[in-house]
Amino acid sequence: MYTIKSYVFPETLAEADELLHRDIRAAAVLGGCCWLKLGCRRISRAIDLTRLSLDQIEVKDGCLELGACVTLHQLETHPAVTSRFDGILGESVSHIVGVPFRNCATVGGSVFSRFGFSDLTCALLALDATVVLYRGGEIPLDRFMASPIAFDDILLKVRIRDDGRQAAYQSVRRSTTDFPTLAAAVSCLNGQWTVSVGARPARAVRAEGAAACLNEGKGAAAAGQAAAEELTYGTDLRAGADYRKKLAAVLVRRAAEQCMEENKG
Amino acid sequence: MNLRYVNQAVPKLDGAALTGGKGVYTEDMVPRDCLVVQVLRSPHAHARIKSIRKDAASRVPGIACILTWEDVPQIRYTLAGQSYPEPSPYDRYILERTVRYVGDPVAIVAGRDKDCVAKAMRMIQVKYDILEPVLDFETALDNPIVVHSEDDYFHHFDIGGDQKRNLVSSGCDADGDVDAALASCDVVVEGTYYTKANAQAMMETFRTYTYLDHNRRLNVVTSTQVPFHCRRTIARALGLPKNMVRVVKPRIGGGFGAKQTLVSELFPAIVTLRTGKPAKIVYTRKESFQASNSRHQMRVHVKVGAMKDGTIKAVDMHALSNAGAYGEHASTTIGLAGHKTIPLYARQAAFRFSWDVVYTNTMAAGAYRGYGATQGCFAMESAMNELAEQLHMDPAQLRLMNLPHVGENMAAYYNEPLTSCKLPQCIERGMELIGWKEKYPCVKVDDHRVRGVGMAVTMQGSGISAIDTASVTIKLNDDGYYTLMIGATDMGTGCDTILAQMAAEILNCPMERITVDGVDTDHSPFDTGSYASSTTYVTGMAVVKACTELNEKIANQGARRLNIHPERAEFDGDKVYDRTNPETSITLDKLAQDLVVGEGTQWLTATASHCSPTSPPPFMAGFAEVEVDLETGETKVVDYVGVVDCGTVINKNLARVQAEGGIAQGIGMALLEDINYDPKGQMVNSTFMTYKIPCRTDLPEIRVEFQESYEPNGPFGAKSIGEVVINTPSPAIAQAVYNATGVRVRSLPITAEKILMG
Amino acid sequence: MKVKITVNGMLYNKHIPNDMMLLEFLRKYGYVSVKRGCDTSNCGLCTVWVEGKPVLSCSYPAARADGLNVTTLEGVKEEAASFGRYMTAQGAEQCGYCSPGFIMAVLAMRRELTDPTEEEISNYLAGNLCRCSGYAGQTRALRAWLNDKPWEKEGQA
Repeated sequence: MYTIKSYVFPETLAEADELLHRDIRAAAVLGGCCWLKLGCRRISRAIDLTRLSLDQIEVKDGCLELGACVTLHQLETHPAVTSRFDGILGESVSHIVGVPFRNCATVGGSVFSRFGFSDLTCALLALDATVVLYRGGEIPLDRFMASPIAFDDILLKVRIRDDGRQAAYQSVRRSTTDFPTLAAAVSCLNGQWTVSVGARPARAVRAEGAAACLNEGKGAAAAGQAAAEELTYGTDLRAGADYRKKLAAVLVRRAAEQCMEENKG
Repeated sequence: MNLRYVNQAVPKLDGAALTGGKGVYTEDMVPRDCLVVQVLRSPHAHARIKSIRKDAASRVPGIACILTWEDVPQIRYTLAGQSYPEPSPYDRYILERTVRYVGDPVAIVAGRDKDCVAKAMRMIQVKYDILEPVLDFETALDNPIVVHSEDDYFHHFDIGGDQKRNLVSSGCDADGDVDAALASCDVVVEGTYYTKANAQAMMETFRTYTYLDHNRRLNVVTSTQVPFHCRRTIARALGLPKNMVRVVKPRIGGGFGAKQTLVSELFPAIVTLRTGKPAKIVYTRKESFQASNSRHQMRVHVKVGAMKDGTIKAVDMHALSNAGAYGEHASTTIGLAGHKTIPLYARQAAFRFSWDVVYTNTMAAGAYRGYGATQGCFAMESAMNELAEQLHMDPAQLRLMNLPHVGENMAAYYNEPLTSCKLPQCIERGMELIGWKEKYPCVKVDDHRVRGVGMAVTMQGSGISAIDTASVTIKLNDDGYYTLMIGATDMGTGCDTILAQMAAEILNCPMERITVDGVDTDHSPFDTGSYASSTTYVTGMAVVKACTELNEKIANQGARRLNIHPERAEFDGDKVYDRTNPETSITLDKLAQDLVVGEGTQWLTATASHCSPTSPPPFMAGFAEVEVDLETGETKVVDYVGVVDCGTVINKNLARVQAEGGIAQGIGMALLEDINYDPKGQMVNSTFMTYKIPCRTDLPEIRVEFQESYEPNGPFGAKSIGEVVINTPSPAIAQAVYNATGVRVRSLPITAEKILMG
Repeated sequence: MKVKITVNGMLYNKHIPNDMMLLEFLRKYGYVSVKRGCDTSNCGLCTVWVEGKPVLSCSYPAARADGLNVTTLEGVKEEAASFGRYMTAQGAEQCGYCSPGFIMAVLAMRRELTDPTEEEISNYLAGNLCRCSGYAGQTRALRAWLNDKPWEKEGQA
């Protein structure tokens, strides 16, 4: 059970920042709120960003920019997103519960929370995305993902270089709308590959060794093996570590193969 | 017979209200100013309460009462909704000093609103003596940790239990010399199969509200399948005379057996008694998972022996069942594991079926659609599929040559005669529909995907023989319309509609002329309730009897008005006329009016009761086609065919949807639904986020057909449909997976991980 | 806090608890078609529209709906009844508890997708759970409804 003492709609980012920093521990920046009631937080000040026009998807300065309040469903429907990166952003979120859920859940909420099960962060990592924070400025997503969650900044948007790279996304789930048991994403630009593995069940990370295999032309299977070996996998109620490791090899290989196919086409 | 309503696809009477979002469910009707009731639950799987401090919590503004173990009657009872005397042990108090699973109630808190109740719940201080729990049902028997050591533990009759040994029930049923028969067989297969404590997961969780009426009687409005059992149990547990309790059942958002056990009723009831105020409780989904009841987890060991030609000569089954912390439905569910599976193969075979049901410190199990038969079916049908492989026989052929024949007595089915059966036709039709000949055992799709097919057959019952009782009253109203009063509980299944179809058929009138009353123990005739696949078959027969009687009464009264001999009077549904002179007639409308005015009034009603000495089994053959990804183990059911013999289909739509829905739940059980506990006894899959029931993208478009036999003891030849449909998916899918991969999974659910990792 | 929420065209100028979810707000003011089926945003029973988009009202802060238009089944009664007849013609409503949320998702889908494929339909509706029906009856109802397009005849939007 959660409680909220005051609920505010800041009208400017500066105001949002000021409200947050008045008492960081008592404040909470709201995202899509899909998981809000699962927690037991007593929030003194809930900061709602929905009136700050952060729900925009734009192609600007050579980047695809996704505002923090863009919903997951927008990623499935907005032509600027679906026409890029072989549609993997929309594809990656398309299994999450259902459309009414994805009309609530947001890019900002998903990325900021850095959940292990997040499909979206896995896909974004492979696309070499950056996050833009109000105070912290623009930083690479992999660095952001690797850092512990601090509630002292506001995520404004996610940026992805609009460089025409090819990409593919693969996941295995126990049921079609479940969190992934394991997820893998790859992208390729001018022969340079990026590989990420998510739901290990820990946070998604890059598989640099797998990418190196692909860069060196060792093939998809070798990349899959590399990803299985170089990363750590854990056990939770969805699957055991050994199974996840096997899946990593398969899914990275398949994603790479899919990407190579697309390259040919 | 030329049928107008029976055997047709009549829409459900309440369909427009339900799809129109009307406020017809329990929570929609709660009176204003109702106290909110919540239950503080044990965080420990096994503990004794040392002390509870509630004074500070009681002072929270708005709190009306906080009850603990010291405040409730010391009367043992069972929550099982079964006919009296219940076979389930009386092993519960409303609140008890010993708590036996994570979720066992510790305190009942009632207050003005949910916020004050939540605040008070946080302020109650409970100190526990934490005891070691027994969580693994395979080690529960004779474990030094005893779940029930109370002195006032009570049974109405011997069910083979021994409290000190954690044994709720045990027994054995046999015919012939099984060991000798096994020794003489050419082929013997043996396997141990595990099924989980699946959640019924109906969409409407448990909820109840209570109030005192002008006579100071306790009124209980609740989402239940068993209003009459509810009334009896509430009265007992609270120490009230039965006439001081009334139970009303509104529309129900699904039950599947979960609501055949009382779950939420007693908490607001005792609050209302103590405070005099209306009170309500609405279970969260998590509470529904963690603190209600589930399917009995089972381990079933099967040994089957056959001759080279496929003749089955011996069936030996032992089932171990996990009752959890309390014994509701423990001794009865286990019976079905053997009694609804062995008869299919015991025609020429010796059989032995033995069982043990044990207590553990996990949530109590209860009734869930299939009621033990489902668990037994997974084991027995899997073993049959393994036997077919050993015999190098087609598994369909193995069944066809061993099935019981109509007219024979079934020794393994309480010696009841088989009076109707089209299972062979179900199997043959199912083989055609799935494309068995082309697809068995498997077809390669590409380098890493293979499709396999598998099958299973099953039977259930139609009500509990010589126990389930239904009464029905039909009234002719003063306007020529009828009111059908039943005590059977429509939980979305559509029984109000199908019983009205039967009434309309017999009274020869349009459906619109029949109103079906909701269930209210003050008004409705007695019915044991809707469970054990009893409603169509048992209550249906009572409808047939009552309506036939009313027909006669109408004809007789018509004859009186027409001044003719009753034997000459014929009632055609609209009028009573003289058979020898059809011009002489009186309309039903006029007759009904006349019957309630002035001299010679005779308001017409007919009441009939029915109890069937036998429980004719419905049958089904299920065929699964799965596609397995050999590299990931992912399995998708790409086709499922169910061919059902439920006797005459009373409502073509509703029977079909029952079958589709039951198969879907069966597929969930086979592949997805996976209740687990952590080492401390905390259930870990207690949300829809972690307990995945099938969504539409998990399922194929399930295909259902009927092979209608005619059951001579059923209404219009009908048997039952509600439960038989859930049984086949687990064994059929397990075999399809085996045929695709060579991996046999004998422990449900069949996950991708088990397939890949072996 | 004070909010102005328009439900089915009617303005509610109300003082609400800050942590109230839209589901509780709607049921409080009598929109009983809105049901709760879970605590984890997984079942779809509470589906309503905010500014025409289907959302889970159990997870949508009522405060966030301040100044917005909310639509429940009660607000699209005729169209819902029209689709409801296709459901009852199949017996697919069964217990009916998931029907209102499901119907709100269906009507939103019809507005959002043009001539959807079967796969697009199941994907769109995947989050609306039903335990009774196995979904096949719902699929038959949907197919017949999409084929007949009664909304064109009824002149609905």
